[in-house]
Amino acid sequence: MKAAALPVFVLAFVGMVAASLPAFLHVAPNRLLSGDALSPHVGSMAGAWLFAAACMLLAFPGRRVLVAALAWAGLVGLPLLAGTDARLILAHASPFARVQLGAGFWVQWLAAALLLLDRLRGMHRAVQAGAWLAAFAAVVLAFATGAFDSLALVREWQAQRAPFAAAAVAHLRLAAITLALALAIGAPLGWWAWRRRRGDGVLVGVLAFLQTVPSLALFALLIAPFAWLARAWPALGALGFGGTGAAPAVFALLLYALLPVVRYTVAGLDAVPGDAREAARGLGMSRSQLLLRVQLPLGWPVLLAGLRIVAVQTIGLAAVAALIGAGGLGRFVFLGIGQGAMDMVTLGTLAIIVMALAVDLLFQGLLALTERRA
Amino acid sequence: MRVVAPLAVLVLLLLGLPHAAGWFHAWQPQLSHPLYTRTSFLALTLAHLGLVAAATSVAVAVGLGLGIVATRPAGRSLLPTVRAVAVIGQTVPPVAVLAIAVPLLGFGAAPTLLALVLYGVLPVLGQTVAGLDQVSPAALHAADGMGYGRWRRLLDVELPLAAGPVMAGVRLSAIVGVGTATIGSAVGATTLGSPIVEGLVGNNPAYVVQGALLVGALALTVDGALAVLERRLRRAL
Repeated sequence: MKAAALPVFVLAFVGMVAASLPAFLHVAPNRLLSGDALSPHVGSMAGAWLFAAACMLLAFPGRRVLVAALAWAGLVGLPLLAGTDARLILAHASPFARVQLGAGFWVQWLAAALLLLDRLRGMHRAVQAGAWLAAFAAVVLAFATGAFDSLALVREWQAQRAPFAAAAVAHLRLAAITLALALAIGAPLGWWAWRRRRGDGVLVGVLAFLQTVPSLALFALLIAPFAWLARAWPALGALGFGGTGAAPAVFALLLYALLPVVRYTVAGLDAVPGDAREAARGLGMSRSQLLLRVQLPLGWPVLLAGLRIVAVQTIGLAAVAALIGAGGLGRFVFLGIGQGAMDMVTLGTLAIIVMALAVDLLFQGLLALTERRA
Repeated sequence: MRVVAPLAVLVLLLLGLPHAAGWFHAWQPQLSHPLYTRTSFLALTLAHLGLVAAATSVAVAVGLGLGIVATRPAGRSLLPTVRAVAVIGQTVPPVAVLAIAVPLLGFGAAPTLLALVLYGVLPVLGQTVAGLDQVSPAALHAADGMGYGRWRRLLDVELPLAAGPVMAGVRLSAIVGVGTATIGSAVGATTLGSPIVEGLVGNNPAYVVQGALLVGALALTVDGALAVLERRLRRAL
């Protein structure tokens, strides 16, 4: 029983340390200056974490639900608290003042989420999904009613709504095109590598070699060849094949995406039992029938698991592509770093993380669906 | 072979690039400064390597420690939380970690170092847990039967048997580190990414190529060296 309480103690300790950090919020005189740290509720927040830990020391029925409820309250309550504080602070401040979320907030929020995850483990699936969905809905509802409008992050978003939406769409488009191309090229390559076991060493070797080259270097090295291509064939230039821009970015992202797609295609084909192939052969199926009716359905879940990794990886790498002018959310990050506008950096970063997590969840859902059908 | 070839390329680049101004001028005649001279390429390479080495050592110490704690009987209940952190961490791209570190530490090498450590812990941690988990129960029973204590069993049996996977994690951590340190020049760290970023901002393709060639050769050298080490460790079993 003691051992099961360990995560609570560790997370409560982390939360307590974060609660005592000076920076729950930062109050800055304007968008570009860094502000003063402010922590208005050290006592009550640290007390709540202490209470969660104390619950685990005393044996009483329902303490697990109580701690889970506490974690849920933290997950929803911390942003509300920060939003309310921000409104109160801004009521007596200059119109340019900004209230940013500090490290104390973010670490406590993460600790609360991890605590909820730990306490919900082993409960019924519907309870777990319900708790997370309710937390999500509560935060979205609070956002819709303007509870967070005084926070710098939300103000930054409101000021840049149109460019932000465009950047998010551009980011998704970069990732989607890369993923589609990687599947269209990588899956046949993987099938080829699987058919001739000996031939794949060179292919995988080259792809693994490319994987090692840092992304910024690969993006940068592609500028000159693509500029040359655009000069040599002006028709390509019209398609966007300049030295910088989306074309070299997609090409580099594709090079990184091919290795996982090829590897997982091979693994997926390996996952099809030899008996199934023999049986299909015995039924008189041609090679293409075998591929479409037997190998693809049976190997699909493995390939899908590979695509999940590729999708998440590509969304992250696409952020770097902003440095060679490919647009996307990375532009917000690097532009913000360049201007010293940290709210802009946070906005871009948060959007990238949320996008990666959402895509990860989407693929997990797809995987669960295919596995249930299989 | 895997170390020698990239290392030879790296050394040739380090020796040759400072004298290659003529070539870059011939390629891009319009540039007034065809060669990056703000800091010597050797100094950039050493700074880059130093950053990665420092961050990777810290990441290995933290990742290995956490991995060991999470696989002991007393710490087992932490394992799901540790795994959840690792999975969430994997979806957070290096650029994001870098961007998060800047408001905390300002510009320069410090945020890059923090980002490298945070991001480098995950592969080591994951591989340590995986490596320690796959040690066969038979080996553990044998160690117990021979009267090994907990510490001696960990040091003499479990860690040596898990060395291969752990080393694979260290290698991944170092490679990601080399790449992230390159991007770190965008937040003011002095690395081989500096010529690239400066070239991109100042429209100087010669700088970009010089930095990219060096950092590519460096990454392949580091990867090759750690791959050899990993193979040795796996073979020593």
